[in-house]
Amino acid sequence: MSTADPEALSQARSEAVVDSDSLSCPVPRSGHDTIQMGHGSGGRMSAELLSGTFLAAFTSAELAALGDAAVVDTPGGRLAFTTDAYVVTPRFFPGGDIGRLAVSGTINDLAMMGAKPLYLAAAFILEEGLPIEDLRRIVASAAATCKEAGVPLVAGDTKVVDRGSGDGVYITTSGVGIVPAGIEIGPDRARPGDVVIVSGAIGDHGIAVMSVREGIEFSGDLASDAAPLHILVAGLLEAAPGVRCLRDPTRGGLASTVNELAGASKVCIELDEAAIPVHAPVRGACELLGLDPMYVANEGKLVAIVDSSEAGAALEALRSNPLGREAAVIGRVTQGPAGMVSLRTAAGSSRIVDLLAGEQLPRIC
Amino acid sequence: MKYLEEFRDPKAVRELAVRIAAKATRPWVLMEICGGQTHTIVKQGLDRLLPESVEFVHGPGCPVCVTPLEQIDRAIAIARRPEVTFCSFGDMLRVPGSDTDLLEVKSAGGDVRIVYSPLDALALAQKRPDRQVVFFAVGFETTAPANAMAVAQAKRLGVENFSVLVSHVLVPPAILTLLASPTNRVQAFLAAGHVCTVMGYTEYEPIAAKYHVPIVVTGFEPTDILEGVLAAVTQLEEGRAEVENAYARSVTRQGNQPAQSLIREVFQVTDRKWRGLGSIPSSGLSLSEAYRDFDAELRFDVLDVRAEEPAACRAGEVLMGTLRPNACEAFGTLCTPEHPLGAPMVSSEGACAAYYRYGRTAPGGTAP
Repeated sequence: MSTADPEALSQARSEAVVDSDSLSCPVPRSGHDTIQMGHGSGGRMSAELLSGTFLAAFTSAELAALGDAAVVDTPGGRLAFTTDAYVVTPRFFPGGDIGRLAVSGTINDLAMMGAKPLYLAAAFILEEGLPIEDLRRIVASAAATCKEAGVPLVAGDTKVVDRGSGDGVYITTSGVGIVPAGIEIGPDRARPGDVVIVSGAIGDHGIAVMSVREGIEFSGDLASDAAPLHILVAGLLEAAPGVRCLRDPTRGGLASTVNELAGASKVCIELDEAAIPVHAPVRGACELLGLDPMYVANEGKLVAIVDSSEAGAALEALRSNPLGREAAVIGRVTQGPAGMVSLRTAAGSSRIVDLLAGEQLPRIC
Repeated sequence: MKYLEEFRDPKAVRELAVRIAAKATRPWVLMEICGGQTHTIVKQGLDRLLPESVEFVHGPGCPVCVTPLEQIDRAIAIARRPEVTFCSFGDMLRVPGSDTDLLEVKSAGGDVRIVYSPLDALALAQKRPDRQVVFFAVGFETTAPANAMAVAQAKRLGVENFSVLVSHVLVPPAILTLLASPTNRVQAFLAAGHVCTVMGYTEYEPIAAKYHVPIVVTGFEPTDILEGVLAAVTQLEEGRAEVENAYARSVTRQGNQPAQSLIREVFQVTDRKWRGLGSIPSSGLSLSEAYRDFDAELRFDVLDVRAEEPAACRAGEVLMGTLRPNACEAFGTLCTPEHPLGAPMVSSEGACAAYYRYGRTAPGGTAP
């Protein structure tokens, strides 16, 4: 940006949002000629890649809605349809593995539209040299998760790539489900006065994976929360059919998800830091690594925005399921600046919570 | 978490803020030196809890931000070499050099890795004798002992494929530079608790006396910082200018002597360039004669990589609180967070970057 052109400048400014919340020192460059890891972060670079490349090419209204799954009208009713790719390293981590993740992640994308998941299909991309025993473990885990969820895998594909062309195993899982009549859930439906609920403690998955990846051992139990959430959602919708928004705070964590919802609904969301559940080992690991649990991935949690009149029933329904035992009201929707997320800090002040610009990197200072 | 939660207690924070407000009868300008303290202030919103009469000027104590362009360019030149595995603390990877950053070197095929300790880099060198493992040794006095330890161990163990690119800086010379400026506005300093944990605080005593400024050794949690502010404001109101230790649970006057002797053995004091402040005499560390073999600058012959900080950048004035960021000619035109000219725009905690953000979120979308 060495130009004084007003339009370019204005764009630079809109991209120049400093993540005071992530507080990672240097602001990353943008306008890259090649794919960077930050493009996969779920933050601002991911959003730019999505809008600049994919949404420019594919123009369906269902895609543009940017839900976790698309909801399309069919003669038989409303169909929810989604696909997701799984590339986690390491393949096995405390509390799960890539197989469990590949089933529960896609089920959750359907569930976040209020759909009852019906069928899954998966493609396995295998790298030459992958131990067959590893693959068997992964497939067995995926199958067990399907059984636990009551959602069958009905189609699939395998491909093998040269050694060095992949990282052992990549899985892409697609899923379909039916959205019951009367359920209207979308990221743009939050209204001032609504209440923001999270279904449990945040950051478990990301920190569990990182602990293995970085070879860092923490005291206490660290385990991924990867789990299918459709039963939890069904219970929630039965108790609170007016749920407005549902999203699972995966990549980019709670902060990114709440930002997406505030942006799509053009509302302000105020969170209360002290109310956000974080398990002690995760909090400790984040302190040590210089990470913010608000940006760490979850694979078995949901964020719900509900009308305040249904908040009590919603909370009770979530807490009655073991997967939602630690559900908590963490904030509310207000008439403040559209798209802004603010946080009442544990110390009693307030600050803005923004999307991460790129990857969350550990800080030195 | 024990030993952390009690220093974040909202009630204690509010009580301290009230005591500071009661104490401050006049406007005072305080500088917190360390980026970690700036982090807590912004993340916890402490500045918004204080009376308007107490103004924070954010100091140059973020090592990531003050590392000069030249040193980033040297890191990039080394990291691009095919035989090199380049190890760094995470947030150094996206500091812009003249035309790229280390993350882009990684995406272009360079072997660039994040480590949490220089000893991890040393272990990697032992495991991979076929690779040249280089650690980017940046930071203030806080990180110097661990970096010195890695180099000393490499020498003791004869790990010849390990080296360090040193860009260490020291706090007292930076404070002296700020104070010596005729336009200085800072009336008291919160010294960096971690730096003083290593170095003690005797170095600050002549500075406090010479310039008649209170210097309060301060920790990093919300109540730590407000204790530091309260002590500084109290001294200012009473006309005192002493070095005071508000972080006694970690800091002693003499500091950590074994760590200091290790630093003295492995490093020597040298002149260093600071991003935004320019060259400051005797403001940094380089490897001492006995450890020259581990100097990556010599091993990879990058001393001729030179880069000048852009002349248009007036970061020094911003850092001293004499220039408002949006009053700088380069602000928002030549200098943006994507293409920062100086430290305050590089760091998301920096004053220039904060003005940029404020311009977006303030009603009407204009910077104040």
